[in-house]
Amino acid sequence: MFEPVNETEVRPHAGEGASMAAVSVRHLSLGYRDNPKALKDISFDIPERAVTAIIGASGCGKSTLLRCMNRMNDLIEGVQYSGEVILDGSNILSPGTNVTALRRRVGMVFQRPNPFPKTVFENVAYGLKLSGVASARAQEEQVEQALRAAALWDEVKDRLDDSALKLSQGQQQRLVIARALALEPQVLLLDEPASSLDPTSTFRIEELIYELKQSHTIIIVTHNMQQAARVSDCTAFMHGGQLVEFGQTETIFTFPSKRETEDYITGRYG
Amino acid sequence: MIGLSASMVSTVLLIGSGLFILLVASAGDWLFLSSEPFEAGFLDRLNDVFFAKPNVENGLTGLFPAIVGTLSLVMVMTLFVAPLGVATAIYLSEYARDTWYTKLIRISITNLAGVPAIIYGIFGLGFFVYGLGGQVDALFYADRLPSPTFGTPGLLWAALTLALVNLPVVIVAVTEGLDAVPNDLREASIALGATKSETVFKAVMPAALPSVFSGLILATARAAGEVSPLLLVGAVKFSPSLPLSSRAPFIEFEQKFMHLGFQLFDAVLFARLPPGGLGWVACIALILVLLIGVLNVTAVSLRAAVLKRQTVENPF
Ligand SMILES: Nc1ncnc2c1ncn2[C@@H]1O[C@H](COP(=O)(O)OP(=O)(O)O)[C@@H](O)[C@H]1O
Ligand SMILES: [Mg+2]
Repeated sequence: MFEPVNETEVRPHAGEGASMAAVSVRHLSLGYRDNPKALKDISFDIPERAVTAIIGASGCGKSTLLRCMNRMNDLIEGVQYSGEVILDGSNILSPGTNVTALRRRVGMVFQRPNPFPKTVFENVAYGLKLSGVASARAQEEQVEQALRAAALWDEVKDRLDDSALKLSQGQQQRLVIARALALEPQVLLLDEPASSLDPTSTFRIEELIYELKQSHTIIIVTHNMQQAARVSDCTAFMHGGQLVEFGQTETIFTFPSKRETEDYITGRYG
Repeated sequence: MIGLSASMVSTVLLIGSGLFILLVASAGDWLFLSSEPFEAGFLDRLNDVFFAKPNVENGLTGLFPAIVGTLSLVMVMTLFVAPLGVATAIYLSEYARDTWYTKLIRISITNLAGVPAIIYGIFGLGFFVYGLGGQVDALFYADRLPSPTFGTPGLLWAALTLALVNLPVVIVAVTEGLDAVPNDLREASIALGATKSETVFKAVMPAALPSVFSGLILATARAAGEVSPLLLVGAVKFSPSLPLSSRAPFIEFEQKFMHLGFQLFDAVLFARLPPGGLGWVACIALILVLLIGVLNVTAVSLRAAVLKRQTVENPF
């Protein structure tokens, strides 16, 4: 239905103020064993310390694209990809990449809150312990710092030894954000982080995203147009494994340059 | 694991407690009221039940050595079956790729759980006792041949045989537990920079711990009651000494041993019971059931203690 998109057409005109790219995606294609064209030649630059939203109909490849940025797709048998994802000047898709170190730099939060069946403290300390933070003092400090950054500290500071599963869904989602933040990642990947939450919790997550972008590069996949419009600085619209349009959120939502984008945003499909 | 409906559970409980009351009643009747075959007096009789010298005439023997034998057997078996079963389940569920070959292995293991235990007894006799035991004797105890040391039924071979009987049970229970851990948790761990094995041992295993324990509890309970394979690989009607020693590892692995289940079997079929002797049979049965109960309670409270330390609350 769509012609392959010419790279120059989808180049970010990242606009005034937006600094260098935090992540550059170059000619990225990916195939699953039974879906050989899940991503088709995607190229764009994700700005630093800003929120980039990825929107598009279900199954268009948003999660797949997101999961390239911390190599989570490696877990799936039979995945093949080509192209480059450049973070700090090196291609993280190259076979020599230290993926565990990469995943500490690029944190991820999933659609459904997935805390471990451990205490609140143990959840946030999980990654810290693995990365070699051994002293109890250091762990306590960094756990507190992460919980504060995730705007959860005040609610859980007296319940650090309670099971994380006793928290509400919204709190659990902020807990897993804190768990990712504890490793002080540069980039935070959020895959529909609010889609299983009630409006109040959703609002708190959006507020949190606004806070976090002061210090983090954030890439958020969302189904919710209003949410994308509210939280993001740049928006990428995907369709059928292709990147149709990428640019400033304002531009995309007010003057989309492609028919497909306009149709999707105005709710004519998707 | 298996979802039993409430009515099924209560039926089972009802029948179970009915049988239990019958056991207690006939054992009590015999202990308190009848006068054969031991001296009268409740305490004397209780003493006889546990410590009576074997009676050549009617074949009855004090049960204490059989209790010690049963416990030693269960302990040694658990030492074998726990690491092997858990490791196999972890490999199958977390590491092995999902091919027709691993599927075949999984199905075979499930089927092995249904093989009658006596078949394992025959295998144990052929493979462990004559095969392995014969080799051990030839290599290490050649000076004592032709009288066998390990090349004859004994505690070690019985424990290994029972471990094989229960291995499928443990593997299936633990595998089910691991499979029930949502993939979300694995992804969460990997996304935090954990390696595969860190994920398995620090995120997945703690979440699956309750089923690991359930599997082991099931296996120990079964092992304590299983008799048929023991007929072939080491249980005896009477053994002059306990399979224990005062020196490490405190177990006489090559010794034959007495076993409650075997005593029961023998009392019913072969002993020339005195009048009212069925009460004696009830006594053995009651002690066996109580022993299994104690084992289960111990295991369940161990499980509770470990889980309490490990996590606060576990949904799986
Ligand atoms: N593990 C997988 N194996 C095979 N196909 C997959 C897998 N995950 C996703 N897909 C397919 O790839 C396409 C893109 O999926 P996804 O990235 O999850 O879409 P989105 O997040 O936009 O809904 C879909 O057609 C989906 O069916
Ligand atoms: Mg998705």
